Formats: sequence, structure tokens, C-alpha cells
Amino acid sequence: MNPTDPPDADTSRATGAPISSALVKPPILVVEDLHVTFQIHGAKALRAVDGVSFEVRAGETVGIVGESGSGKSVTSLAILGLLPARGVTVTGSIKLDGEELLGKSEREMQDIRGRRAAMVFQDPMSSLNPVLTVGRQIGETIRRHQKIDRAKARAKAAELLDRVGIPEATRRLGSYPHQLSGGMRQRVVIAIALATEPALLIADEPTTALDVTIQAQVLDLLRNLVSESDTALIMITHDLGVVAGMCNHVNVMYSGRIVETGQRYALFGSPRHHYTRGLLASVPRLDGSQDRLLPIPGSPSDTIPWAKGCAFSPRCPAVIDACIGSPPELVTSEINTRVRCVNPAPPTDVMWAPR
Amino acid sequence: MLTVRDLKVHFPITKGVFFDRVVGAVRAVDGVDLTIPDGATLGLVGESGCGKSTVGKAILRLVPLTSGTVRFDDVELSALHGEALRTARRKVQMIFQDPYASLDPRQNVESILAEPIRTHALRKGAAIDTRVVELLDSVGLPRTAAGRYPHEFSGGQRQRIGIARALAAEPSLIIADEPVSALDVSIQAQVVNLLADLQEQLDLTYLFISHDLAIVRHIADDVAVMYLGGIVETTSAELLYTRPLHPYTLALLSAVPIPDPIVEDTRRRTVLEGDLPSPANPPSGCRFHTRCVYVRDRCVTERPELREVEPGHMAACHFAEEIAVSISPRPAVDQRP
Amino acid sequence: MRLSRKATLVMTPDPGSTGAGDDAADVVRPNSLGREGLRRIKRNPLAVVGGSVILFFILVALFAPLLAPFNPRDISWFDQIRPTRIPGPSTAHWFGLDAAGRDELSRIIYGARASLVIGVLSLLIGAFIGAMIGLLAGAFGGWVDSLVMRITDIMLSVPGLLLALSIAAVIGQSQTSIIVAVAVPNIPLFARLLRGSMLGERQKDYVASAESVGVRRRSLVMRHVFPNSLAPMLVQASLALSTAIIDASALSFLGLGSADPGVAEWGRMLTDTTRYLRVAPHLAIFPGVAIMITALGFNLFGEAVREALDPKLRR
Repeated sequence: MNPTDPPDADTSRATGAPISSALVKPPILVVEDLHVTFQIHGAKALRAVDGVSFEVRAGETVGIVGESGSGKSVTSLAILGLLPARGVTVTGSIKLDGEELLGKSEREMQDIRGRRAAMVFQDPMSSLNPVLTVGRQIGETIRRHQKIDRAKARAKAAELLDRVGIPEATRRLGSYPHQLSGGMRQRVVIAIALATEPALLIADEPTTALDVTIQAQVLDLLRNLVSESDTALIMITHDLGVVAGMCNHVNVMYSGRIVETGQRYALFGSPRHHYTRGLLASVPRLDGSQDRLLPIPGSPSDTIPWAKGCAFSPRCPAVIDACIGSPPELVTSEINTRVRCVNPAPPTDVMWAPR
Repeated sequence: MLTVRDLKVHFPITKGVFFDRVVGAVRAVDGVDLTIPDGATLGLVGESGCGKSTVGKAILRLVPLTSGTVRFDDVELSALHGEALRTARRKVQMIFQDPYASLDPRQNVESILAEPIRTHALRKGAAIDTRVVELLDSVGLPRTAAGRYPHEFSGGQRQRIGIARALAAEPSLIIADEPVSALDVSIQAQVVNLLADLQEQLDLTYLFISHDLAIVRHIADDVAVMYLGGIVETTSAELLYTRPLHPYTLALLSAVPIPDPIVEDTRRRTVLEGDLPSPANPPSGCRFHTRCVYVRDRCVTERPELREVEPGHMAACHFAEEIAVSISPRPAVDQRP
Repeated sequence: MRLSRKATLVMTPDPGSTGAGDDAADVVRPNSLGREGLRRIKRNPLAVVGGSVILFFILVALFAPLLAPFNPRDISWFDQIRPTRIPGPSTAHWFGLDAAGRDELSRIIYGARASLVIGVLSLLIGAFIGAMIGLLAGAFGGWVDSLVMRITDIMLSVPGLLLALSIAAVIGQSQTSIIVAVAVPNIPLFARLLRGSMLGERQKDYVASAESVGVRRRSLVMRHVFPNSLAPMLVQASLALSTAIIDASALSFLGLGSADPGVAEWGRMLTDTTRYLRVAPHLAIFPGVAIMITALGFNLFGEAVREALDPKLRR
């Protein structure tokens, strides 16, 4: 999608119409009521993901934002069936192109991961094999899914490297991962992910380990890929700035649930959930407009179970009696975002104030 | 007042079967000048590998200096050795990036905080315990924390322990090396505010080292931008962000993601090509010329000096004036759509 | 894309969510790393099995005089021994008799003493001397380090068994010679290990932090670097114990042990059976199984110690 002129943005900003009016394509991925529970030997069961639903369409970028422990990464691992089988229970529904992924065998999932969905992790070194050249790793991925000979695969690998912006691609085919810089490695990982032209790409903090100038390069690359190849991209990050710049739709997660979701202009323009507002107020602005940051009190681990009320209530500045007792529902707001809060901030209230 | 003059830190590259011999050097810091007046905060920004952390460590003499002087108040830290250096270090303390690695996992909090007090004999007997409690209060940790161990705390709390430890030595200058980078977003603001409060209460001077331009903008009075071992631009925080003169600063500023979709969609971006060159083998002339969008012939051969381009605004670029003219009507960070 | 990363993707709860003390049980007592390690060891089934085996043999060794049905040197049943038949297990002699007509069970029980003492002592000596040398190299660095490491390189280049044999040849035939012979090859191993982990620890921020608050050099090494470098030593020591017991048995099998033929020691007992293997397989089986089970016990326990102390397996 062209970042300077998002078609869906204008419609929803002007009229508040649902985003689906701008995007008629059916969703590529539909996640419904996803639950992931970890049962570690001898410890209490931990609900990492607690009823998450969202969908992603072709050519669309969906962001999942949250801090550590929010369940954002576990969600992505669950989608691709990458969670360990032991001690983990995954329930709900994950449909890729209408096909249910939950309950598929490891073999079937391997095929899906290679062909139709791919993932880019934070640390590129851990997804690359240190003893094989870059060309070999890309080539093998290609040959696993297409019956072509080595030379053709190599040519295609060079093409891919070129496409992800690696200079002198043909020469770089012979490089080993350790000979490349962090940014280059992440490009190689993206090239491998693209080798099979997947319909869905999941990027889990793909730029967190990179420097700002390199981050800008990689984000640019991802943005172009989405608009050129109509790939659906799920962007998982803690960085609100990254989300603001590239996601059509944003999901804010807290303690395993989506607490606020909506089209990015609406959500950033008028955040209603006190957690979203708190996050925005605690990030310093480059224009230096704040005198003092307004942090959210406590830490992400100060939560209560959703069954006993809003998990954010122990840190929330606007907590009322109704917050405790039962879990709040996701409610559609007047600007077409959805907010899981019984006492949301008024839409006109711009600044978030601490207790 | 901290003054650093022509600081150089070169790490030898060694090779050898039985005994090592030097075959080259990584020029981590290659001629850096800094001045921080009492009570002020200098932000030192740059990307990984630019040498900013090494500058911090060199001021404390935690790495060997190749050349240059470091003077704090009336003491020339760079000339001291042994016991004199150990006692002089008390006035300058450091806060580290990784709150998990910077605390000894075998010490409980009380012992962590009492160590600087004992080693410099700042308090005796029961007064040490009182001081530990005072330190815990001042960084907003519960008193019960004293008997517990680092691994029992969350990242933000550990960083508070690290800050309390630095304060225990009763320093006047604190070198904070990426103190919030490892923390969750909502916790970063708590720690930044704590540092600001402590500065006011205790009249501290800060050298704030970070890759995060927004945080540096927020906390610093003056900012120095580093690239490949040298400072490329330094001025007040206000001026740097509204009127950057060095192409590298310009690129850095335009690369920072801003949590506002309207700004993100409309801002001008200068996306740098390529990667940081190796500090073991830096480019000739201006070290930034391999990635600079304004590069010309002169940049390849002649290394630009850090010079005062306009009052209170230093930049190391041959063409800073031209760049200033070309961008001045519109700041790099424009809030308007 | 290659995504065979399952093993590394074991999700643990965020450190903050369990560490910060939201668990009522954890709030009261502070957990030092040592206590935490102990708790992990106790919870590990490997440790329980391994520890029980070790404890069993220690008790057997301690109470040998009470447990053994007969005197291990008593040869009063020698008249039952025929060149073609050595009595196997019976109700009177559970493990049968050996070639000299001594009660095999009693000899195994007394043998636990010699084998355990030799194994443990030799390891402790090797680890201690190795640690001292490693500490020297790790603390001073520079040319001391280079020199010490070159010496250990040379020691490591000599095969352990050959080194042990020549040591025993010099000292002579005795249990002490076995202890020394097993200990010496361990020295360079432990020296390198400690030196390596000290170099690793020195790079960590908490050491720089201690240095910057003004901690003296000596206490920097002794209070911070050294204690934090001990975990790999402990792990290696627990794992090497089983090897030490096997090595000690092997050396006494080769005849380097005590000159006194009456001394019961498992390795030695194996030697004595070689001639009678066809006639009396039980003479090989019982000491062999005893060595195997003890070594297994120490191995399991060592594995548990490794799991408890390895930072990579920690959350």
C-alpha cells in the first residue's frame, strides 16, 4: 500500500465507514477465539493468549502491539503451529484461505509454513544456518517447493536477494550468514520467507535488533513487498511508531487479550483504552512537546486474571467499580474502533492523565 | 564540569600462535571532544558500533585510553592510576544498559547497595543500613527489597537497583549507557522520569548515551551525534532537532518512527543506503561519505573538522551551510501534514 | 523457510510475571541463586534417581561392617572351590564366592569404600589444583595466563591413561598412586574450564559496574568473578565423578592398586576374574554392575546439576 495515500484511511476518517467497504477481498487469515495455555510442570497454568480474534486480507498489514507478556508473539507462533506440543493447549480457530490450521499434523503444517505462510523473527542469526551459504539456503527453500535444477534455483535466489535490496546479489550468494551485517541478514531471512511467494507473512519484531537507519531500510522493504506482491503481513512489535507508519489495522494486546483494535488513523487519532493512551503518553516525542512523560504506573506483570475483571485495572488511572468482577467485552465505539473497557476515555480527550 | 579532549580508544587486533602480536586496530573512538557543564545533561547519540558506549567507559577508565585527556572538576582522570584512580572514580558513576547483566546475581540488594558505601568508607556500622533504606526510597523501591536477589525483580525494578547503586557512591556525574533500551515501553518513561527527578534533587550532571533520539531529545540539554568513532554534530537539543546540519543527523531523525500515522505518511524520509563501515578499516576523508546523499569529491579525500557552523552549533561537514539552506524552510521533523 | 526451531521456542512466562512476587508463596523468602539451584535439583527426577543411587552406595560404604554378612578377607570356604567350579549365588552367599573362596557380596560392599574414596578423592584433588591454577590464570591474565595455558596444553596433549600409568610407575603400586594418577589428568581440564568461565564473567557488565563503584581489584576477582565462575566447575565435577570412578577401576584392573591382594576394590575384583570368566561369570557381573550403577548415579546427578546451573536452561 502506498503510504502517502491509503485508500481505506480516507474513507474511514471521513465517514467512519467500516474498513471492509474499501477492501472487498476476502480475508486470507481468520483467527477466531484463539486461546493458548501453557502448563509448565509443577506450575500454575498460564493463559498466554486468551480469546484473540482478528483477520488479515491480501495486501493489508495488520499490527499487533504489546509489551512483554502481552501474548503477541505467542499468537504468531500459534498461527504457524510453532509452539511446542508438550504442555501447550491451543484452542479456537485459525483459518488460512478458509482452511482450518488447528488440528493439522506437524507434516501438514511444515508444508503450509514453507508454501503459504512464512515468518521473520527478531534475531536473523537464529533463523539462518551458520554453516551454509546464503545462496544454498535460499536455493534449497526454492527447490523444496518447485521442481527446478540447481542453476535455476541459484538464479532465482540471486533475483530474490536483489529484490530485498542486497547489493551485488550474485556475489552475496556465496556469503555465510556471519559475513553479513545484521540488516543484511534480516534481508536474507526475508528473501527466504519470500522464496515460496507466501500469501501470509508474519514479522515478529523484525527490526527490534537493528539500528534506526537500518530499521528504516527494512521497514521500507516490507512496505514495498506488501504493495507489490499483495502479501498479507502481520507485524508484531512493541513500537507504536512502527505500527503508525505501516499498519492498516492495529490490535493492541494486553495480558493475552486485544484491548483495543481499529483502523490506524482512528486508533491513533482518538485512542479510547487507557492502556493505549498510556503507551502513547509514555513515549517521548521527537518534537519535544512534552515537559514530562506520563508513564503507566506499575509493570506489565501487575495484572489480574481476566475472569476477575479487567487485567489492566491495577495500573489504570480511570478504574471504577465496574472494572472488577467480570471481564469487559470489546465494544464498538462511535469512530468504529473496538475497545475493551467499561470506562473508556472520551473521544475528545486528547491527553492521557495519570491518577 | 567534565571536559574530554581528543579522546582516542583503539582496540588492538591481535594474532599469534604462542604470543599475540598486534596486526591492526579497531578505532572505536577516534578523537572525541566533549564538555558537560555542572548540572547539565549531554545526550550522546549514535548507532551501534559508533563508539558511544566506549566513550562512556573511557571516561571512567574502564577501557584503556590510547590518547587524550579526561578531566572532571579539578581531577585529571586520564592521568590517575591504582588507588588514586579508584577513589577518584567515586565522583563519576555509571548506569548500564542491561539490568540483567549489570548486577552480580549472587549478591542481594542490600549487599549490592552497601558495597560502594563500604569500599569508599562513606558510612560506618548502622549508618550503612540507614543509607541503604534511603537509597531504596529515593529510587522508588520497597524497603523489603533489601533482602532479595536481582533475579527476583522485573527489568524496570532491576534498573532502579542499578541506579541506586550508582547513587550509593554519592557521585556528581552519572554516565547512563542506554539505561532504558532494555525496558518495556511503559517502564521506560518511569525510569526516564526518575532520572530527571534525581538530577533535580541531587544536582547531578548526566552523560546520557542512547540510540533513541526521541528519549535523548526529551532528557538532554545538549546533544552530540557520533558516527564511526567521531562526533559529527553537537549543539543544543532544541537546535539539533529543529535545524540539523549534518546529513547523518538528518537521516537519523527522519528514520525514527513516530507514533502518529499522519506524520508517518507525510514526512520526508532520507533512507540511508548500506551499512556502517567497519571501524577497523574506516573510509577515507569524511567517514560518512560512503552513505551520504550529499557526497562530493572533496568528502572522499578530506576529513572535515568539527567546526562552528553557526553560533553554538558545531558540525563536521564541508557543506553544512549549503545543507542548512536547503532544508531550513522545513524542519526534518514536521508535525503538520 | 526453515522453521525447525521447536526446541528453542519453549515458551517460558515473562520473567516479570513470575519473578516480581505475584506468587504468594514466593514473597516471603528471598531466593539466592544457590537456593534456587538446590530447589531445581530437588525437583528434577534425574537428580532424585541419581542422588538415591549415590546415597545408597555412600551408606553401603559407611556401614559396610554392619551390612556385610562375612569378613571380606575370610577364605574359610576355599575348600568349596574347584578348578572347574566356583560356587555362584546361593542362600548362604547371595553373590556367590570368589576364586579365593571369599564371600563376593561382602567384598562388593567393602569395595564400595575403596572405589568411592578413590573416585571422590582423586576428583577433588584434581579439581582443586586445577581450580587454583585456573584462578591464577583468570585473575592475572597477561603473560601468567599465556604461560599457564601453554603448560596445560602440553599436559592435555598426553593421553590421560598413559599419564596415569607413568605416574603410577613412578610412585609405585598403592591406592595413593591410583588417586594421584586419576587426579593429575583432571588438573588441566579444570584449570582451563575455570579460566575460561572467569574470562567470560569478566566481560559482563556487573564486573564493570563493581569496578566503576570502586571495588578493589582483589575483591573484584574473589567476591564477584570467581564465585560466579564456579557453576561450570560444579557441573563438570559432578559429571567427571563417574569417569573418575571408572578410571580408578580401570587402573586397578590394570594392577596399579594396592599390593595387598586382600583389599576389596571393584576394579581389582574384575581383574581377578579374568581367568575364571567361563567358570564363574558372576565374578565379573557383580563388580561390573556395581561400577556401572555408581557411574550412572553420578552421571544422572551431574546432569541434574548441569540443568539446574546452566544459564541457558534458566529462564
